[in-house]
Amino acid sequence: MASVVVAFELGGRPVEVLVSPLATLQQVLRTQLGHTSVKDGCRQGGCGSCTVLLDGEPVLSCLLPVEDVAGRRVTTLEDLTPVDGLTTVQRAFLDANGFQCGYCTPGMELVTKALLERNPAPTRADIAEALSGNVCRCTGYVPIIAAVEAAAAAGSAAAVVASEGATR
Amino acid sequence: MTAQYHVVGESLERTDGVAHVTGRTLYTADLAFPGMLHLKVVRSPLHHALIRGVDLSAAERVPGFVRALTHADVPHNVYTILGLIGVEPEEEFVLPVDRVRYKGEPIVAILAETEAAAYEAVGKVQLDLEELPAVFDMDEALAPGAPIVTHWGNNTFMYEGHPCRRVRYGDVEAGFAQADHILEGEYRTSPIEHAPLETTGCIAVPEAGRFTVYTNTQAVYFSLDNTSIILGLQPNRLRFIGGTVGGGFGGKVDVIVEPLATLGAMRTGRPVRYVYNRQEEMQVSSTRSAETIRIKDGVMADGTIVARKVTGLADCGAYSRQTPYAITKFAANATGPYRIPNVWVDAYCVYTNRTPTSAMRGFGVTMGHFAIEVQMDKIAERCGIDPWTVRFRNAHRNGDVKPHRKVTSDATLIETMQAAARLVGHGLPPELAAMTSAPRTEWEGER
Ligand code: FES
Ligand code: FES
Repeated sequence: MASVVVAFELGGRPVEVLVSPLATLQQVLRTQLGHTSVKDGCRQGGCGSCTVLLDGEPVLSCLLPVEDVAGRRVTTLEDLTPVDGLTTVQRAFLDANGFQCGYCTPGMELVTKALLERNPAPTRADIAEALSGNVCRCTGYVPIIAAVEAAAAAGSAAAVVASEGATR
Repeated sequence: MTAQYHVVGESLERTDGVAHVTGRTLYTADLAFPGMLHLKVVRSPLHHALIRGVDLSAAERVPGFVRALTHADVPHNVYTILGLIGVEPEEEFVLPVDRVRYKGEPIVAILAETEAAAYEAVGKVQLDLEELPAVFDMDEALAPGAPIVTHWGNNTFMYEGHPCRRVRYGDVEAGFAQADHILEGEYRTSPIEHAPLETTGCIAVPEAGRFTVYTNTQAVYFSLDNTSIILGLQPNRLRFIGGTVGGGFGGKVDVIVEPLATLGAMRTGRPVRYVYNRQEEMQVSSTRSAETIRIKDGVMADGTIVARKVTGLADCGAYSRQTPYAITKFAANATGPYRIPNVWVDAYCVYTNRTPTSAMRGFGVTMGHFAIEVQMDKIAERCGIDPWTVRFRNAHRNGDVKPHRKVTSDATLIETMQAAARLVGHGLPPELAAMTSAPRTEWEGER
């Protein structure tokens, strides 16, 4: 089977890649586009380490043939990290030590971002449900859940500041 | 006073924290080098078999196939990881010559231009194997007539000529004769896979006159030295670069991927990547060993243990890796943090046709403590004494001699239990609340 060109949006920029048939989005992001924050824990949909956002929703890039994202919007942690400083979610993970080895962290943070956009004040049960597809072998999850709670709190504080700014 | 402390009591940001939360940390498998080849191995589908033949002809025709590595390519093909600290004999094959001893044992390595080509070629290697009877249970492996896994004729690691690590201290039979109660228990644990989220792997890169190996090993010099022995290279021709380990828990201290990847780089002159997939990580990487622990305790009516006889078995699988060392630790810890004046331990490292076992978090000690602490609760129950009291009465104090003749100088069990009781709001009787780890007075020392 011949290679094909697939075009999609990556971090707000258009990309075109020549891919072999059946290549997964994970493979293409990691080996052709240098987005190594997309991890490779299992390639079978079992760990969540390869999570990316597809049109804003978390998906497992190891299960997605890259042809399926043609014309769509893909976001990885590389695309979200500011030049200086950290996002609210990253800051919360850093401050709460929501990681040990760090291998699950990019996936955890992307799931968190999508959760907080959908539900800015999640309960612990909401958080556990959102993270249920992401495996962490190091932390025992407690500090990760604390990080998500801290990110939610920081996000709502920021929203208050923003709305106060708007009314002024 | 607090001003002199800058770290203790502070919550400090980790030096690698920003890299982790931004996803910029580079793990071994995130690296790539121009011209990099992919190494995958052909694994035994049988638990125990003679290798009659390996036919590579169909594999060689796969587009992208570069070359195969067989046992004939390995300069020093039989090794033992702990050889570096004097453990003998060498017993594990990098690539076995005529016999496989566990399911998943590598037989031939394939180097190919792409990972897909490597997998395809692996699938096309024809193996001619003759299945042998296999043994998976330690008691069966020790029984007469069992299939023999090792090359020296029995299924135990030999400790200075003995089939087990032995501890002899005092007179256990006299202790049992004096005891008010005899309590026996058998405890079994299962193998446990570390299952790190990042799988084991390395990339070996040839450079002028030497090889740089990027690896997620937990033991970088250990890996370098063993690779140097296996490949017959002076250590100064190897440069090992460790990095962030994406979860290890002891599972990344074996030296399995680096020798083959470096050999591939030697034979091809190109960078070689050898990274386990998830299935390999779960099925062929070492696990914690299965254990069977049989304990017989002689106990006085007040809960004091006066004699303990232990037989411990650890299943090292087909090759012993770090398990002989685990067994030595087990033998030294068979009384736990408790003073017992008469002790007899036989601890075996038993070979079976299961996946080789190795290090994992407190290996050798952890499962011993599981058995010992359950035994302590049974002693409390039998004597009709509170489980805290039984532990305080038997706790090591400074100056107590352990069965392997080490004098206790850092006893903290009593103080730790007192702190634990406070934390969980458990009131201790005055007798226990007043105890300390200070050396026993002369009359306390008498039993
Ligand atoms: S790598 Fe995609 S779910 Fe594990
Ligand atoms: S921090 Fe290691 S897997 Fe989560």
